[in-house]
Amino acid sequence: MVTARLDARRARHIAEQVPDPELPMLTLADLGVLRDVELTGDGTVVARLTPTYSGCPAMAEMRADVAARLHEAGYASVEIRTVLDPPWTTDWITESGRRKLAEHGIAPPGAAPRGPVPLVLSPARPAVPCPRCGSRDTEETSRFAATSCKALWRCRDCREPFEYVKEI
Amino acid sequence: MSDDHVYLTLAEGHEDDTRWAYGTGFEDPLHGVDTTVPDGVDAGELAAECVALADDALVSAQRLAEWVTRAPELEEEVALANIGLDLLGQARLLYSRAGQVDGTGRDEDAYAYFRDAGDFRNVTLAELPGGDFAFAIVRLLVLSSWRLAHFRRLVTHPDPVLAAVAAKGVKELTYHRQYAAEWAVRLGDGTDESHRRMRAALERVAPYLGELHTAHDARDELADVLRQVTEAAGLPLPVYRPLPDSGRAGEHTEHLAPLLTELQGVARAHPEATW
Repeated sequence: MVTARLDARRARHIAEQVPDPELPMLTLADLGVLRDVELTGDGTVVARLTPTYSGCPAMAEMRADVAARLHEAGYASVEIRTVLDPPWTTDWITESGRRKLAEHGIAPPGAAPRGPVPLVLSPARPAVPCPRCGSRDTEETSRFAATSCKALWRCRDCREPFEYVKEI
Repeated sequence: MSDDHVYLTLAEGHEDDTRWAYGTGFEDPLHGVDTTVPDGVDAGELAAECVALADDALVSAQRLAEWVTRAPELEEEVALANIGLDLLGQARLLYSRAGQVDGTGRDEDAYAYFRDAGDFRNVTLAELPGGDFAFAIVRLLVLSSWRLAHFRRLVTHPDPVLAAVAAKGVKELTYHRQYAAEWAVRLGDGTDESHRRMRAALERVAPYLGELHTAHDARDELADVLRQVTEAAGLPLPVYRPLPDSGRAGEHTEHLAPLLTELQGVARAHPEATW
């Protein structure tokens, strides 16, 4: 049994360090899905998480991981709450999160769109720079990839395919 | 996670099975969300609206999932599956909200697995079977544009849960519409064969557009998108006239029941099972 100092800052730090199940180079804090962590009067840790995509199967995993890490750290009573508002956008990904994505060959998102996005059929969207060689001579191969949050691109210069966290 | 074999690893016991995202017995996707219905909101109307939008999403997701292993290219299969997954997520949230406010306390599984075709309120376009890739694209273009227009209005709904589901859904649906529109132009403005198939798909969809015209007020935006896309694709604008509600009134084509039989079969054969 871990005898833990039941303070909120420590609980927050533990929750922040939980890796994202799909992008394990990012912590939940990097991803921006951990809204807050507080300690209630009766010693319960309440962590609030917000979903990325409505259907993202990783959400249940994230909730379970945060609870498990806090239990391991000695917090007996843990409650994970879902927060829907304001909705998560890729702007919640921190600077350090963006850097880690790029270091792992995943192009980080640009600025999330604000307000209604009109349907534009041409011209092509601006190219995403290649996270390996920096070239802008890249093209989208698929708007959807292995997870909801990513698109598939390829670089015409270094010839490498790469993933791209699309703005949402 | 001790085993090298991926399937054995998956089958290992977990202390907390809430993490499993497939099958029944999910953790409530609205867990910990304030469930109060605000003053001035009619709980019955709110529940009915949530169920109708969830049914559109669930039935669409089922049809999209049928493309897995059958799409023309792996990338398109992944795209259609991803779009279906987004819709399934929207359906889960909306069913959960409906169960909170309609007084029955039903969970998402009760809505998805234990209602019959006559209880479903999805528009009939969502339930039409099969067809080719052109049909899948035309239907996706229509339904994503219509749903997007409707969700944009719901962002200011007085119920904060429905408004929040809509706010997130708007972002997802924008991608769905963009995907479908680009394919519609590519196919319509492509080969003789792809053009012919797109024309046929539009003709097949046209009789079902009338239902979307009356079900709510998103019709002008849908009409604008169809005009923009068909013009860019060199395709004729589908001709249709408003029709009374059918799917929204529980009147469906003969195609919904078999879809539900497949969707609900395992859950009904083993009603207490979780997996």
